[in-house]
Amino acid sequence: MLKREGIALAVVALVLVVVLPALNTLSPSSPLHVSNFTLNLFGKFLTYAILALGLDLLWGYAGVLSLGHGVFFGLGAYAMGMHLMLEIGTQSVYQNALPDFMVWNQVKTLPLFWWPFRSGIFTIVAIVAVPALVGLAFGFLAFRSRIRGVYFAIITQALALSAWLVFNRNEMNLGGTNGLADFKTIFGFRLNQASTQRGLYVITALALVGAFLLCRWIVGTRAGKVLTAIRDSETRVLFSGYAPANYKLFVFVVSAALAGVAGALYAPQVGIITPAKMGVLPSIEMVVWVAAGGRGTLIGAVLGAFGVNWIQSWLTTSYPDVWLLFLGALFMSVVLFFPDGVIGAVSRVSAHGAALLRRTVTTMPAGMESAPPTRLP
Amino acid sequence: MKLSLLLLLVAWLAAPAASRAQSSEALKALADLVVDDADKREAAVTTLGSTRDPKWLELLGALRDGNVYARGKGQAAEVVVGGAKATKGDQDVIDIVTAYDRKPLGSVPVASLTEIAADRRLRVAIKPFLDADETRGQLANPDAETRRGAAMKLGHQAELSAAPVVEAAIAKETVPHVRHALEEALGLIRLAHGEPAVRVLAAQSLGGLHSFDALPALQKLAADPAASRDERDAATSAIRQIERWSLLVRTVETVFQGASLASILLLMSVGLAIVFGLMGVINMAHGELMALGAYSTFVVQNVFRARWPQWFDAYFVVALPVSFVVAAAVGVVLERGVIRRLYGRPLETLLLTWGASLIIQQGLRLWFGAANVDVSSPRWLSGGFALMTGLTLPFNRLFIIALATVSVLGMYGLLFRTDRGLTIRAVTQNRAMSACLGVRAGAVDAVTFGLGAGLAGLAGCALTQIGNVGPSLGQNYIVDSFMVVVTGGVGKLAGTILAAAGLGVLNKGIEPALGAVFAKVAILVAVILFLQRRPAGLFATRGRGAEA
Repeated sequence: MLKREGIALAVVALVLVVVLPALNTLSPSSPLHVSNFTLNLFGKFLTYAILALGLDLLWGYAGVLSLGHGVFFGLGAYAMGMHLMLEIGTQSVYQNALPDFMVWNQVKTLPLFWWPFRSGIFTIVAIVAVPALVGLAFGFLAFRSRIRGVYFAIITQALALSAWLVFNRNEMNLGGTNGLADFKTIFGFRLNQASTQRGLYVITALALVGAFLLCRWIVGTRAGKVLTAIRDSETRVLFSGYAPANYKLFVFVVSAALAGVAGALYAPQVGIITPAKMGVLPSIEMVVWVAAGGRGTLIGAVLGAFGVNWIQSWLTTSYPDVWLLFLGALFMSVVLFFPDGVIGAVSRVSAHGAALLRRTVTTMPAGMESAPPTRLP
Repeated sequence: MKLSLLLLLVAWLAAPAASRAQSSEALKALADLVVDDADKREAAVTTLGSTRDPKWLELLGALRDGNVYARGKGQAAEVVVGGAKATKGDQDVIDIVTAYDRKPLGSVPVASLTEIAADRRLRVAIKPFLDADETRGQLANPDAETRRGAAMKLGHQAELSAAPVVEAAIAKETVPHVRHALEEALGLIRLAHGEPAVRVLAAQSLGGLHSFDALPALQKLAADPAASRDERDAATSAIRQIERWSLLVRTVETVFQGASLASILLLMSVGLAIVFGLMGVINMAHGELMALGAYSTFVVQNVFRARWPQWFDAYFVVALPVSFVVAAAVGVVLERGVIRRLYGRPLETLLLTWGASLIIQQGLRLWFGAANVDVSSPRWLSGGFALMTGLTLPFNRLFIIALATVSVLGMYGLLFRTDRGLTIRAVTQNRAMSACLGVRAGAVDAVTFGLGAGLAGLAGCALTQIGNVGPSLGQNYIVDSFMVVVTGGVGKLAGTILAAAGLGVLNKGIEPALGAVFAKVAILVAVILFLQRRPAGLFATRGRGAEA
C-alpha cells in the first residue's frame, strides 16, 4: 500500500517537474503543447501548494490554526521583490538606481534595510530567515503564554491586519499600496523570456517536492507523533512530560519558512507583490485550501491549493460576482459536510465501496467492516 | 492716507444718514464709474462701498450683475440702473431708474445706453463690501449658528467699521456661545485697530475668552517691537492663558474621543463576547451582521423618504429596532441552521461563520452595489453640544455613548435580573450540568445568539451616523472587536467593558503621537504582551478543568 502510494507520488512529481516543462518546449502547433500561460499558472499554484503544506503541518498535524500565514508569504515575496527591484538598476522609468516608487516618493538615498538585498546570497537566506524569525518571535510570545485555539487564530488574524496596514504605508519604503512590481531580471536572467519562466517553474516544482518530503519526514519522526498528540490533547502531552509549546513553536517556524519560500517563488513568476496578498482575506483563503483538500494529509493540502485556485482563476474570469459566494459556500460546506476534505471524502467513499464489495463476495460478520474515518477534533 | 480714511470713517459714523447719502465724495465716485480708467473705477467702488449705505451697496450689487448703464457720453454721462427688458416694435427697450434713489426714469432703447462692464478686478473690489454687508445682516439672523458664524467672520476680518454693529449685537444677544463669539470678534477688532490702552484690554479680554482664533494676532503683537511694553505683556499672558486652556481642551477631547471609540467597540463586542462565553464560538460573521443592521437603517431611511417625508427625522427611531430584529433573525437562522451542528469545535465554527460572512457580504454587494450608500443623519443628531470654548461634542457621538451604555445596562439587567439570564449564565458555566437540570441548552443558545446578533445590528445602525456604509463595513471593525473579546476574557461582561474602555482610550491616546495605523499596530503588540501576563484575558473564569 505504502509502496503503491510512493510510486504514485513519484509519478506525479515526475509529471510536474519534468513532463510539463518538457511539453512547454514543444512547438505551439503540437496538440500536447503546454502554453506559457498555463505553465505560469501552474507555477503560481505550486507556490500556493508549498504554503499549504506548511499550513497543513501546523493545522492538520499540530492543531494550531493560523489565520495570518499571508504575512509570512508576503515577507518572503517582499524579500525576493526587493532584490529584484534593485536588480532593475537604471533600466527603470526614471532611470534612477533607486526603485521608481522611491523616486516618486522623493526618497533620496536607499533606505538602510534595503542595502543587504543587493546581494543575491543574502536574499536567498532572508527568504527563509525573515519569515522564520518573525514566526519565532511571534510564536514564542504566543505559545509561551499558552494562547491557543480560537485565541491564537484571532491573534494571528490581527497580525495579518497589522502587517497589511503597515505595508500599505508609503513611509515604510516598500512601495505602499502598489507594492513591488515591474521586475526585469532575476539573477541576470530576463524575466520576460519563456526559458526563465520555465526555469522558475522547475525550481518551484522541485521546491514543492522538497517541501513535501520535508513535511513527510517531520510527520514521521517522533516529534511528528508528539505534534499529532498535541492536536488531540495538549494537556495530556503536557502531563506526560513534553513541552508542547516548544513543539508548536518548531512547527510554526517551519511553516512560516515554507510560506516565505512560497512567496519568494511567487513574486518573480507573477511579477508583482502587493500588501493585498498578505491581508486578512488572503490569509484565511489559504486555510480553506487546506480544509478543502483534506487537512492532516499532506497530499490533501497540495490538492486543495491546486483545486481551489484553479476554480478561483476560472470563476474570477468568467463569473467575478460569484467567486466570493462560492468561497463562502466552500467554507461552509467543507466544514459541515467534508470535515476532512476531498481526501477524506474519497477515502470514505472507497472504504465504503470496499466494504460493499467484500460484503457481496464473502459474508463478513458485522462490525468487521472498516471503521469510518475518525473526525478530526 | 490711513489717518484721513479713519477720520472720514469717524465722521461718517457721526453723520446722519441723509447727508452722507448724497455726499460729494459719493457723487464724484459715481461719476468716476463711467470713466475709462480701471484705477479710478476701482477707487470709486471703494468709496461707494465704504459709505456702507444700503442703497449704494445695492448699486454695487447691480454693477456686479451687469445691470448698471451709462446714459450719455463723457462728463455729462449719467449712471442708471437697468430693470426689465422688453421689445417694442423693432427696438429693445429697458426700464431704468436712478442710481441712488431708484426713481423711475421710464423706458429707453437699450441702444442708447452703454453698459458699465464689471470686469474681474471690479468684481473683486465689490465682493468684500457686499459680503461684509451680508455678514453684518446675518448678525440679526434668527438662527444662532448663522449668527455665530457671522460673528466669527467679522472677528476674522477685524474691520473697525464693524465694531459698533458687533457691540449692538452683543447687547441684544441671549445665546451664550453666540455672545461669546461676538465678544471674541469685538476683541479681535479692537486688538487690530485700538489705541494701546484699548489693545491691552482687548488682549486681556481675549485671554479670558480663551480665543483660539486670536492666537496669531496676539503672537504678532507679543513680538511686535513697535508695541508698548504693556501691550506685549498683556498679549503674552493672554497667549499663556489660551494655551493652558487648549491643553485642557485637548485632554478632554482625547478622553471624549476615547470614550466614543470605546462605546463603538463595546457595542460591537458585547454580543460577540456573550456568544463566545456561552458557546465558545467566535462569530466571524458578527461584522456582517453589523453591516446588515446598517443596511436596514438605509432601507428604513429610504422608505421614510419616499412615504412619509414629513416624519423623516423620526426614521432613526424606527431604524434602531428594525436593524436589531433583522440582524437577530439572521443570527437565529445561522445558529439553528448550521452553527449548532458544530458544538465543541470552535475552529470549525470560526471557519463556518467566516464562510457565512463572505456570503452575506457578497450578497449585500450584489443587492445594494459595491459603492457606499448614503445614510443621512436625522436633524436631532446633527450639530453638537458646546461643552466649553473650543470643544463641541457632536450629538451623534454622544448618542453612541448613550446607546452603548443603555445596551450594556440592558444586558446586565437581562443576565443578572431575569430567569432567562439565569439560564444563560448557567449554560455558560456548565452546559452538561444545566442540561441535566432541565435547562433547554439549545433554546438558550438560539436566544443568546439572536441577542448577540441583534446587538451587532444595533451597532451597525449606530455606525451609520459616524461612518461610511458599504458592504465591507463589518471587515473594518471586526478585528478590533475580537481584540476586545480576547483582552476581556471569556464570558465576562465586566472584562469586555473594561477592555473596550481600555483599548478605546489607549488607541485615541497614542494616535496623535503615532498616527492611526501605527497606533493600531501598537495596540496589537500591547494586547499580545498583556496576554503574556494574563493568557485568558482580564477576568479569567477560574475553574478546575484542565482543558479550560
